[in-house]
Amino acid sequence: MEYLSIVFQEVYKILFLLVPVLVSVAMIVWLDRRVWAFVQKRQGPNVVGPFGLLQSLADALKYIFKEIIIPSSSNKVIFILAPIVTMTLALIAWAVIPFSATQVLADINVGILYLFAVSSLGVYGIIMGGWASNSKYPFLGAIRSAAQMVSYEVSIGVIIINVLLCVGSLNLNDIVIAQQNMWFVIPLFPMFVIFFISALAETNRPPFDLPEAEAELVAGYQTEYSGMMYAMFWLGEYANILLMCAMGAILFLGGWMSPIDVYPFTLIPNAIWLILKILLLFILFALVKAIVPRYRYDQLMKLGWKVFLPLSLIWVVLTASYLFYFNLLPVN
Amino acid sequence: MIAHAIFFYTFSLIAIVSAIMVTASKNTVHSVFFLILDFISISCLFIMIGAEFLGMIMLIVYVGAVAVLFLFVVMMLNVAQQKNQWFAGQQSSRHIPVGLIISMLIFFEIIIVIGGWKYKPEIFDINNSINQTSISNTHSLGQILYTDYIHVFQISGMILLVAMVGAIVLTFRQRSGVKRQSYIKQISRERAQGVEVLEVQSNKGVKIDD
Repeated sequence: MEYLSIVFQEVYKILFLLVPVLVSVAMIVWLDRRVWAFVQKRQGPNVVGPFGLLQSLADALKYIFKEIIIPSSSNKVIFILAPIVTMTLALIAWAVIPFSATQVLADINVGILYLFAVSSLGVYGIIMGGWASNSKYPFLGAIRSAAQMVSYEVSIGVIIINVLLCVGSLNLNDIVIAQQNMWFVIPLFPMFVIFFISALAETNRPPFDLPEAEAELVAGYQTEYSGMMYAMFWLGEYANILLMCAMGAILFLGGWMSPIDVYPFTLIPNAIWLILKILLLFILFALVKAIVPRYRYDQLMKLGWKVFLPLSLIWVVLTASYLFYFNLLPVN
Repeated sequence: MIAHAIFFYTFSLIAIVSAIMVTASKNTVHSVFFLILDFISISCLFIMIGAEFLGMIMLIVYVGAVAVLFLFVVMMLNVAQQKNQWFAGQQSSRHIPVGLIISMLIFFEIIIVIGGWKYKPEIFDINNSINQTSISNTHSLGQILYTDYIHVFQISGMILLVAMVGAIVLTFRQRSGVKRQSYIKQISRERAQGVEVLEVQSNKGVKIDD
């Protein structure tokens, strides 16, 4: 009986986290399309509901009632598994995101490594989908995305090391609290820029959306998917984008802390601050999609391996020597 | 504790079954997916015994990078079409003695290590420093790895570097006639180099040398 009550409590907590995440994914799709439209002097979705807010729900309804087609030459088990893997991985990562000092589902010691591990597993959904479709375009898209995500992960890992050198802990709450006096975006600004661009590449967002480049690959790894399975890919992708924004907010923008620690600002709950920071980063993501043309594949690889990796490695050496020389290394 | 045992047996069962399926499955790509499942369940086991750092590093390095490249190579080489023959076939039966010898060796090594750990725990003085519960797993690992074992650590890094250089040297080939883009050349181009104004006489045309 005791076990059952604990299990129910945890399930309640998980639902309380996941339902808002899923709803906000739907809203964020609307925001993305809206920002994109405004940059191009269009209106964007504005018909369903107030300001078109319910557009994503209408889309979801449409996806649910469409037929799921499984190609006869596909590898059926892996074909069905791929969107499930994408979706699951995008959602389980939210377990460690701290919304305040106490509002966190799992306050684990190696939180940032967990986030990094889960985001690096995200490539499997894409490879499985692309390979199991047994078709040229999805396969090309899957191979592109495998190479792309693996190479940009390296620089994200090195950037995380930069932040960890300043914090001295892998716990996400410790990382947030270490930014009490100064957000890491100020001393580590070049790293923030590189993190942002690598996050774009890691989530296959434009200008790095080569895995699904519609001009050359139809829709990349999603070509053979339809109905709810396509919607799951799509939900997983946007949940991943939100997750990368949350990661950026926690690593560089002070996570759940208010920007100024004075009276009217401290009234606002911590979770709201985190959500505002995530939204800010997401609007930047949407703006980049609207204003930057797509990269060529060799340029993308060159940027990852020849520019970002050396730059972030040099910055690790600089940060470490600065902290060592001025005796600022965090020791606990 | 019952929940702990249930999770332990679940993960170890998944690990063993998927390890068998790596060799038994007909499709090579399926083998790689089973290998990934094996890695994931092993890292779950690591996390369960309190080695959360090792478990996460296992996930990041093996599952997130090495297995992706495995999958990449297996898919690219198109070995998926070749059927993986197990038991049957003259070809594979020749390799069984070699495999048996290697697995016996690994088995005895594990027996020796576990036996030493079990009956002479004082030899492994690392245990004492790890068992301090006040500092986290990551801290204690760092304190040992970068102080007592710094040379071993550096040597392993050098070995990896040499392996990488070797792989690049083996696969590198100079191809002639490949046009490469140079950003500096493109940006530093002046108007005089790119544009030429010519006086064209009617009915004569211009000859452009290229």
